[in-house]
Amino acid sequence: MTKLKTIVKSLGLVTAIVATSPAFATDITGAGATFPYPIYAKWAEAYKAKTTVGMNYQSIGSGGGIKQINAKTVDFGASDMPLKPEVLEKDGLMQFPAVMGGVVPVVNVNGIEAGQLKLDGATLAAIYLGKITKWNDPAIAALNPSTKLPDEGITVVHRSDGSGTTFIFTNYLSKVSADWKSAVGEGTAVSWKVGTGGKGNEGVASYVQRIKNSIGYVEYAYALQNKMTYSQLKNRDGQFVKPEDTSFKAAASGADWEHAPGFYELLTNEPGKASWPITGATFILMHKVQDKPASAEAVLSFFDWAYSNGSEMAAALDYVPMPDKVQKLVRAAWKTEIKGADGKAIWK
Amino acid sequence: MPNFLRYTRSKLQNWPDVLFRGVTRLSALFVLILLAAIIGSLVMGSLPAIKTFGFHFLVSSEWDPVADQFGALTPIIGTLVTASIALLIAVPISFGISLFLTELSPRWLRRPLGIAVELLAGIPSIIYGMWGLFVFAPLFADHVEPWINDHLGTLPMIGSFFSGPPMGIGILTASIILAIMVIPFIASVMRDVFEVVPALLKESAYGLGATTWEVVWNIVVPYTKVGVAGGIMLGLGRALGETMAVTFVIGNANSLSASLLMPGNSISSALANEFNEAVGEIYTSSLIELGLILFFITFVVLALARFMLYKLAKREGKAA
Repeated sequence: MTKLKTIVKSLGLVTAIVATSPAFATDITGAGATFPYPIYAKWAEAYKAKTTVGMNYQSIGSGGGIKQINAKTVDFGASDMPLKPEVLEKDGLMQFPAVMGGVVPVVNVNGIEAGQLKLDGATLAAIYLGKITKWNDPAIAALNPSTKLPDEGITVVHRSDGSGTTFIFTNYLSKVSADWKSAVGEGTAVSWKVGTGGKGNEGVASYVQRIKNSIGYVEYAYALQNKMTYSQLKNRDGQFVKPEDTSFKAAASGADWEHAPGFYELLTNEPGKASWPITGATFILMHKVQDKPASAEAVLSFFDWAYSNGSEMAAALDYVPMPDKVQKLVRAAWKTEIKGADGKAIWK
Repeated sequence: MPNFLRYTRSKLQNWPDVLFRGVTRLSALFVLILLAAIIGSLVMGSLPAIKTFGFHFLVSSEWDPVADQFGALTPIIGTLVTASIALLIAVPISFGISLFLTELSPRWLRRPLGIAVELLAGIPSIIYGMWGLFVFAPLFADHVEPWINDHLGTLPMIGSFFSGPPMGIGILTASIILAIMVIPFIASVMRDVFEVVPALLKESAYGLGATTWEVVWNIVVPYTKVGVAGGIMLGLGRALGETMAVTFVIGNANSLSASLLMPGNSISSALANEFNEAVGEIYTSSLIELGLILFFITFVVLALARFMLYKLAKREGKAA
């Protein structure tokens, strides 16, 4: 009797597998940046529940994502660092922003609470260049007249691995400090002048929490989840702002996406009274000419759905969804830029 | 039965032997092919960097992905220094452990202690890394490094090796974690070889009135030299190549500093950190060349060890 049951069960299992296998065929594959992985995974789960189309995303890092999409082993690549329009042109790729986040300076100084310390771009650059070495340096004291700063050396913490977070951070410092631009520059990995490297956001977060009188930079979500002491920053309009989703959104809406070819738009040091100066979007890369129109359409449907329905999930994980205005522009770009081998637009 | 028939028959009966010999020979050959393939692909991968930087790669400490300028001096020195300090700490302790286990420990304690050492060897390296970062580093920063700063940092000559902010992470921390990781390897090999020393030799020495130390130093150690050296080399090999645990605690800063308390970098942790996000041919190629250098260092160390053992064996042959 039990034997019969097992046979029936396994038969049922086999039919179930056979029945679902067409769905496997249309599963979307993607690879790249680690920073947006949690939200992509969340979206994929919700999308699969609704449409039975799954999304398989490997968070192998932005560099890996760019390599994979160029090798056409995945349907889409993901990178925290947007590719320059000429690179996109050369490799036959198009890119669009998926979701945004902010990079936040975090400190560990006795007696200073979250949001209390005020910094500006020039001071932050000087600290990371090793020119400001004490917390009670006149430059920091001038920004924080009412805060008592200790006479202690600053321990600088940065990322040890190549990272989109580092790119956004160094891009900001390059914009606000000529010294930084000439001495270090911007990139996913740079030649740091001072400090200690932590692996990943979690590495930097734990170093800053362990080492007294240290300063580091992490993704906003990590600062929030680890209850870290973030600092305020002076933005381009001269206002001190706190890192929060309203200030990230302000930075995104201040950006001129319409006139940015290939959506090459870095949201650092954007104008606007409420704009958080170190904001950045994470990008999706796809081939302009698609050998497999069906899977390209599946990818676009997925992100279309994520734009329309994924905002709340993004906010719950401390990401910032793209403003409606930008979503419209992206959908328009899909129509004109992504084509099948026959030259017909895939997104209608 | 004519002779030739017997011959053919035996040959036919032998075919499983022939087949078996062929298969084992192939397996052995496979190791060599694999080794050659790894060296080949490393060399191919690092060609662009070798062409661009040449010998300068080995002596420059500049590592600037933005300007595409790369030099391997910092990670090479970091790898050699952490592995050497780790051995400096691990060898005497391992010697003590295996000595106690084979000569001095009460019989009932031997087995549990031996198992504990082997268990330590089985712990994945990431556990050591996390323990090092979350437990060891804060304790080290609060209680040990200030003392090192005050007492060793003020000494003439060697003072500069021991001064620096007490961060808890850096070259010295990485070396200590590495030492803890290689101790079980060295200790278990040493114990195994100490155990094979014939009781007759030891008892004769005891009979002549030798102390335990004299027996160990004059009988056990000379008898097991080769095995002991092998154990140390095994530990050194692991220390040179260890990645995750070192990455957690070494500080990953590409800067040369005399002080052991300052952060540094090692070849394997530089690779683990940067390979994922390395963009551009020269950057990737420089990282592969780092891998080639590590391969070379490990090879040289092992070859030197073999050579030393060979010399030793030869000298003994002459003396006898």
